[in-house]
Amino acid sequence: MAQNVGNKNAEAMFHLVDAVERINFPGNEAEQIATDGDSYIKTVAKRFFKNKVAVVSLVIFIILVLTAVFANQLAPHPRDVSVGRFQAAPYDNFYLGTDDIGRDVLSRLIHGTQVSMIVGLGSVLVYVIIGTTLGLISGYFGGVVDSVIMRITEAFMSFPFFMVILTLVSLLGSGLWVVTAVLGFLSWPPLCRLVRGQVLTLKKQDFVLAAVATGYSTPGILFIHILPNVLSPILVNATFGIATAILTEASLSFLGVGVQRPRPSWGNILSEAQSLRVLAYEPWRWVPAGILVFVAVLAINFIGDGLRQAIEGENKA
Amino acid sequence: MEDKTILEVKDLAISFQTFEGVVKAVRGVDFTLKKGETLAIVGESGSGKSVSTKAINRLLPKKNTMIESGEILFEGTDLLKLSEKEMQKVRGNDIAMIFQDPMTSLNPTMQVGKQIAEPIVTHKGVSKEEAKKQALDLMDLVGIKNPTENYKSYPHQFSGGMRQRVMIAIALACEPKVLIADEPTTALDVTIQAQILGLMNKLKKELDTSIIFITHDLGVVAQMADRVAVMYAGQIVEHGTADEIFYNPMHPYTWGLLASMPTLDVGQTDLYTIPGSPPNLLHPPVGDAFAPRNEFALEIDFHEEPDMFKVSDTHYAKTWLLHPSAPAVEPPEEVRRRKAKFESLYMGKEEINEMGGEALGSRS
Repeated sequence: MAQNVGNKNAEAMFHLVDAVERINFPGNEAEQIATDGDSYIKTVAKRFFKNKVAVVSLVIFIILVLTAVFANQLAPHPRDVSVGRFQAAPYDNFYLGTDDIGRDVLSRLIHGTQVSMIVGLGSVLVYVIIGTTLGLISGYFGGVVDSVIMRITEAFMSFPFFMVILTLVSLLGSGLWVVTAVLGFLSWPPLCRLVRGQVLTLKKQDFVLAAVATGYSTPGILFIHILPNVLSPILVNATFGIATAILTEASLSFLGVGVQRPRPSWGNILSEAQSLRVLAYEPWRWVPAGILVFVAVLAINFIGDGLRQAIEGENKA
Repeated sequence: MEDKTILEVKDLAISFQTFEGVVKAVRGVDFTLKKGETLAIVGESGSGKSVSTKAINRLLPKKNTMIESGEILFEGTDLLKLSEKEMQKVRGNDIAMIFQDPMTSLNPTMQVGKQIAEPIVTHKGVSKEEAKKQALDLMDLVGIKNPTENYKSYPHQFSGGMRQRVMIAIALACEPKVLIADEPTTALDVTIQAQILGLMNKLKKELDTSIIFITHDLGVVAQMADRVAVMYAGQIVEHGTADEIFYNPMHPYTWGLLASMPTLDVGQTDLYTIPGSPPNLLHPPVGDAFAPRNEFALEIDFHEEPDMFKVSDTHYAKTWLLHPSAPAVEPPEEVRRRKAKFESLYMGKEEINEMGGEALGSRS
């Protein structure tokens, strides 16, 4: 202001401005209603990408997924074929050595990534679908429906998890898909409860009543109006779920009831360390698999934490 | 204005099951809504105005609500007898609602444009592109600038007034025959209130929608309503045209409401307040529910519920004061001032006409 007044035309500026002029005056950007142009997802993404640990973890996870997808192209040697010396420490192009029957450890690890990712993502997909649907129904309808679903949930939650998995896997036969399915069908109860709790508070909100008053059908209200509002906690839960599933698969395979040889998984590669000789003198056969499980689970947990912080936003210090 | 009745509520009684017992929230409400008219329902909190209108759209929680009697006839069909599926076709399509708080009544995860377009797809069965086009027109109609840009905005990017405009656009999306506005301006500041009321008046004229306007703000009523119904303790105690209610009120409760409304003349004296508080509808009182707070209460008020007395063809009031054997009472000063105005407006005209007639007669 002071600068403007100081210049030569200052006096010309001291006149009354009429209504038409006021509207057409440059700098009158009252038209712009939206306060900031970012959608919710964009805001969350921005916050997430500020978290360096989470971003590094995401990169690691993406590399693992890509490794799983392109396992056949990436693996230097065939998966199940004896191609090198037996039990050899790393040499030539066997960068991580060979196992007891001359298969390349690196190639088996790469294919093992595929198993972990299928089990991790597959079982989470299964349980997110079951848990979310049941949680939505249970929370929204309440009453008898809610009671029945919640009792089933509690029953599932009171099973000794690992024992049931062991029993089921031994009954159904073990294998990649069985493990994936069993993990998926057993892991939904916590998510179901989470979703139900969210729906219970959401369904009392004005916008849900407004949606009813607008004539949406019940599925419309559940999936168009309520579900998008529970997506963030589901996403966080699912992320941690992937880590848990990978760990569980590794444990099952380590115990010999998971993915069966010759198909490699991180778990059944690790199980070779059950032999004292391998454990003590042939670290190349199990240390890399252990590191991979560790890194993968850690990375996914960091992603989950990062997501949660990004979603919670300003609440976090 | 056509004289066609579009919505008729007959003897509606609603009660809620609570832990303490049965609350009789609405106790025999009758009203009609004609095509193109605005009916304002006024009353203090808990008088049953929101409950009666939510019943029209069947939005009351099913679990603990009992509709004890009554009919809600929309173009001749009893809405209370429709199945939930049939009701979904009525909601938003024939009868739409605008809620009190625009800050919480929009879905935070959905683009505002989509929220306007979605009901059009559901009810009118048009393509998504067509619905989007109509939604953009609606946004323009309710005064949202740059519709194409703001279509993709989310509710949190909008101010309260803008969100209420969105709510109005959603409500009008399917050109409903009846629009129920439940205190649509209560959560807004006064300048925005005026804008929104102006907008609703303009749209009503353009689209010929009937409006039920629920409010406790008499100033808003004066600006909006053709007819007014005053509710107290779950009953309509007086209804009439806006002029009749504002300038020739008959019920002591309406007197109290009008006297407690700040006007430009108020300043020297304290603002009038109605003493006491509304009755507990767990145990509705015998007789006139307003009697304990009524300085003009008669003994009969405590024994028997008053009938609806007819004041004029359009004006009815539920008070024993209108009974032929009731004593004449002097209403509060503010009401007398208003009545004087009413007389000069209506009676005065007749007198002038009569006088004119006489004058003419004497001349011939």
